[in-house]
Amino acid sequence: MIRKHITVATLALAAIGAVAVAQAEVTRGELMANTCFACHGTDGHSAGSIPSIYGYPPEILVGQMKAFREGRRPATVMDRHATGYSDEEIELIAEYLSRQ
Amino acid sequence: MEHRFSRRNFIRALGAGGAATALAACGTLPGRRPRGPNVVVVGGGPGGATTAKYLKRFDPNMQVTLVEPKATYHTCFGSNWVLGGLAGMDSIEQTYGALKDQHDVNVVKDTVATIDPDARQVRLAGGDTLSYDKLVLSPGIDFRFNAMEGYSEAVSRDIPHAWKAGEQTRILRDQLRAMDDGGVFVLVAPGNPFRCPPGPYERASMVAHYFKQHKPRSKVIILDNKESFSKQGLFMAGWEQLYGDMIEWVPSSQGGQVEQVDPATRTVYSDGGLTRFRADVLNVVPPQQAGAIAQETGLANDTGWCPVDQLSFQSERNKDIFVIGDACIAGAMPKSGHSANTQGKAVAAAIVRSMNDQEMLPLSTVNTCYSLVGPDYGITVAAVYRFQDGGIAGVPGSGGVSPSEASHAFRRQEARYAQGWYDSITADTWG
Repeated sequence: MIRKHITVATLALAAIGAVAVAQAEVTRGELMANTCFACHGTDGHSAGSIPSIYGYPPEILVGQMKAFREGRRPATVMDRHATGYSDEEIELIAEYLSRQ
Repeated sequence: MEHRFSRRNFIRALGAGGAATALAACGTLPGRRPRGPNVVVVGGGPGGATTAKYLKRFDPNMQVTLVEPKATYHTCFGSNWVLGGLAGMDSIEQTYGALKDQHDVNVVKDTVATIDPDARQVRLAGGDTLSYDKLVLSPGIDFRFNAMEGYSEAVSRDIPHAWKAGEQTRILRDQLRAMDDGGVFVLVAPGNPFRCPPGPYERASMVAHYFKQHKPRSKVIILDNKESFSKQGLFMAGWEQLYGDMIEWVPSSQGGQVEQVDPATRTVYSDGGLTRFRADVLNVVPPQQAGAIAQETGLANDTGWCPVDQLSFQSERNKDIFVIGDACIAGAMPKSGHSANTQGKAVAAAIVRSMNDQEMLPLSTVNTCYSLVGPDYGITVAAVYRFQDGGIAGVPGSGGVSPSEASHAFRRQEARYAQGWYDSITADTWG
């Protein structure tokens, strides 16, 4: 019993340590989404006249990006950006931005 | 000197039963935070400032020091809007308070004197020495003043380049304001590659806009050391529409390749002295190379720019040094503030992942260059980049320039977004 307690305590300490130090890994979706921020603001919160893109349900952003890509939605520059991404990439970006 | 304590070492320490020791060094005791790898970033422009901010976002344990000599940085992008009278000098000022206070970046106001790659140390002009595990250089450009006879750094105080913003922008703006109606503004543009490919043509546009308002009999002449330029069709159509024949573009084959400058008479010579142009206001943008510190550290090749790994921006010359922004050779990416911003994120991710023994992510960078032809007339070039066939290249089928046929409303919207782009990218970089 004593040994078991020590083990649990050690694991707990290890877990606390890991929480204190470990940081969520930089993912492919995050890195791609971060490229949007130059125009749309950090975390998608625009600082000016360009629309913000944070907090949308992923399916909304996916739908809009695909519509830009396929020319179904009027754009100034977003059609030229959206054509740079595959379906999978658009989904990863939208998933990340939906959590901001 | 701080000792290294990466997340990897921390986990190793736990595995070896050193949890108690490791925890004692953890944030519970004041001033005894665990210290992550030590990254020094040189240059507080869009590349360096973005790198510093995103290193901390990706891994708050990273110790990040940003070295920049200026307390106030003037962005080159937007500086043509100042020349056109659309914006004041204060509208292109950026400072480092948010990086310091909100993002925990150690901002050091100093200049790098030398780098010792073997000792992994940066010696500052002020006398201090910084040690690093990884070093990111974003030194921007230096001018090759010796490439044009008669032009020099000393002459640039009277005949500005205004290709690094700030005092140079102010000099050129004041000369344009002091010029009489009917005068000639001559802009000497460099050959490729150079900082901000559409920049000279936006500058010509903005000066023409100012002339049209205040000095309508004046003229703008661009003497170009090349045969074509960025967004050429869009610029030329816009010039004709907004300014008639006020702007004249002279390609290198037609006498545009300036070889000599006579500062006393503001005259420039081309074609071996056979062709000359006299200016009332003369603006010489010299050819360029990577910033001096990159040259002195042996990171540039014979082109004057720095070859880097096209996934991580790690220097081909030193594994602990990364070079981004205008100074590096980044395949198809232009030397722009937007490129530097997106490269700053890519290099931050590459460093954080490599220091945590994680594999490299696929490269994902973008560029969008907004230019104003007039206050309500914006145009863009955009691209999405990937690592393809050994280099950084635009994704086929993506990117390109604004449509050649577009409504006034479309051009007005892109002009409005140009300001929005400035607001967002500066907040993303320095905010």
